[in-house]
Amino acid sequence: MMSNAQIEIQLIASLVAIACAIPGTFLVLRKMAMISDAISHSILPGIVIGFFITQDLNSPLLILLAALTGIVTVVLVEYIQKTGLVKEDTAIGLVFPALFSIGVILIAKNANDVHLDVDAVLLGELAFAPFDRLIISGIDVGPKSLWIIGGILLVTIGLLFAFFKELKVSTFDAGLAASLGFSPAIIHYGLMAVSSVTTVGAFDAVGAILVVALMIAPAASAYLLTNNLKRMLGYAICFGVFAAISGYWVAHWLDASIAGSITSMLGLLFLTVYLFAPSKGIIAVLYREKQQRTEVSLLTFLLHLKNHTEESERHVNHLNEHINWQKVRSKTVLDLALKNNMIAIENHIVSLTNKGNDFTTQAIDYIITNEDAQIEHMKDDFFLFRG
Amino acid sequence: MDLQEYFSLVFTDYTLRTITLGTAILGAVTGMLGSFAVLRKQSLLGDAISHAALPGIAIAFLITGAKDSNILLLGALVSGLIGTFWIRGIIKKTHLKSDTALGLILSLFFGFGMLLLTFIQKQPNANQAGLDKYLFGQAATLVESDVWMMTIVTGFCLFILLLFWKEFKILLFDADYTKTLGFNTKFIDILITTFIVLAIVLGLQTVGVVLMSAMLLAPAAAARQWTNSLGRMVIIAAIFGALSGVFGTAVSASQNNLSTGPVIVIIASIFVLVSFVFSPSRGLLFKQIRFIKNRRDLQLHKTLSFMYNIAKTHENIAHPHAIKILNNFQGYTRGTLQKLVRKNYVSLDGNQWSLTQEGYKTAANLYNQQTQNDE
Repeated sequence: MMSNAQIEIQLIASLVAIACAIPGTFLVLRKMAMISDAISHSILPGIVIGFFITQDLNSPLLILLAALTGIVTVVLVEYIQKTGLVKEDTAIGLVFPALFSIGVILIAKNANDVHLDVDAVLLGELAFAPFDRLIISGIDVGPKSLWIIGGILLVTIGLLFAFFKELKVSTFDAGLAASLGFSPAIIHYGLMAVSSVTTVGAFDAVGAILVVALMIAPAASAYLLTNNLKRMLGYAICFGVFAAISGYWVAHWLDASIAGSITSMLGLLFLTVYLFAPSKGIIAVLYREKQQRTEVSLLTFLLHLKNHTEESERHVNHLNEHINWQKVRSKTVLDLALKNNMIAIENHIVSLTNKGNDFTTQAIDYIITNEDAQIEHMKDDFFLFRG
Repeated sequence: MDLQEYFSLVFTDYTLRTITLGTAILGAVTGMLGSFAVLRKQSLLGDAISHAALPGIAIAFLITGAKDSNILLLGALVSGLIGTFWIRGIIKKTHLKSDTALGLILSLFFGFGMLLLTFIQKQPNANQAGLDKYLFGQAATLVESDVWMMTIVTGFCLFILLLFWKEFKILLFDADYTKTLGFNTKFIDILITTFIVLAIVLGLQTVGVVLMSAMLLAPAAAARQWTNSLGRMVIIAAIFGALSGVFGTAVSASQNNLSTGPVIVIIASIFVLVSFVFSPSRGLLFKQIRFIKNRRDLQLHKTLSFMYNIAKTHENIAHPHAIKILNNFQGYTRGTLQKLVRKNYVSLDGNQWSLTQEGYKTAANLYNQQTQNDE
């Protein structure tokens, strides 16, 4: 049986996963995934200073202050980039380590006053989350982190529904969005603000690194499975929740860090999708590349046949040396052509069939006009077996 | 211990000398190789690699049970390389972009590494203390053999760098051209990436996983502001890196309870800031000064042209006019007028001005580029 605390931990982890997956999807689509990494590091000084002021890690003021540091990071990166002194990625790489170092030094210099541990910031301690209860007028209403992350999630979902159209348009076509009158800057900074608040709200429970993983990994896995934004959001949320719950049990079994184990589950999940995704997975891609290579060879071969009427050029042995393929390769191509009824072999002389002739003519046509979409239709029409 | 004491002890005290030498060498080699990372737009690759190295350290410890830093770093090297090549695989074979690939590998590997570290910490038999130093680095744990190791690797890097200098350089600036010349670009590419991974792994013990990327970037980004030549940039970056290492160690050694990593990073960031502002050709300060100066020149030209248009209507170009009429015109200030007088384009007489012959000629040719640039 699960204890109350266990259910609460899984609930918190799942809510964090959902709250991260939503901005994460847009960050991945907008090619800003590394910004989330930068934010997750650079909120540290904000947290430390906020802690000096509030003395409470769960105070809303601290969350606001720290989220502000996140925005400052983004602005600073953009400023450095605008000076043109270094490229964008270098700007990111310069800003967040500097801010993070300031945070670490602030903690070290005030070690006696601050009960803040850098490890805790990086890793969080989900296992302790249920012990910090929110008590309203004497009644225990649940763990504090649950309320914080739940609140952030509600705001995120509200914003998502309110601005879905704007987000979608500005993500896929910034120019169109601007011409329709949505300010790209407002949407950009809005997204950054949501990401910062989510990062800060979640760091206490799951740590900065898991926040990055929960933002990027589910969205990236989902992106390999679909091109539809709504479906991608749905998949990302499912992946996040799945990793959160399965990760919790792995950690329970190994007696190790929950955040680390959720991240590892995300890693396994991504690896699986990366390898086996139906059309964009690595196996599918490699298979398709091989298929295309053979089919291009086939086309070259057929063109050669079409160009040469003299028998000496079409003798099987000659073809081997003329097109300069390895034995195995020529055999694959020859077999494919035979299977598809594109050539006929008589006395070791290869000649095009009518079908092969049609195909070659159309293929030349395609190569000359070079209309990308056509060749796949054409292959569908002519091939019985693919390469 | 304060800073002064540190510098008086650094040549005599064995431990201090070892640590200082170690961080200096480390800074030099990361600065050197970082130049290539920055110019190849792979700045964030360093961040991903250093995080990706963590599980390697933990696995090497789990397998051997030894705390020998060379073995642990070998593990880090292997896992860093796996991370690097996985990133390349993701970028090449899927439609995920490089930022997503970097963020993925960085967070997933690091999370996995932390899982292993916490797992190790709970093992009863493990003498695991000390693995934590790889998070933020502890230069104090450097011993002479570590420094020798760094020196050997640095020497090797330098040798390869000089040997393949031409190839590295041409690949950096024109990859397609390099390919057409018949160089094996894939090999050069892998070689240089491997060295970047090596430099990162070397620094893990001193600067730590989390901040190692800054060590790679900051000296190179600072050096980039001072020169446009690759050779000079590599040398300056190495010097900046070494200085950050030495000063960082000095500050961190003179304070209690400060990890070396963050301090070195702060010092390196100060180098970057100073370079951004004060570099003569690219720096923000001189850029602003040049900008203001150009604006003034333009105003001067505008005033002169305005005067010319008035003088043109008179038979005698030196016919005096009231200064007052210039007031309608934006470009006019007392300062610019004085400047025109000094150049002998205009002569003033009380509150009347008149164009000189020279001024008239210059103004007539102002916008047809026949005059030499007079500034």
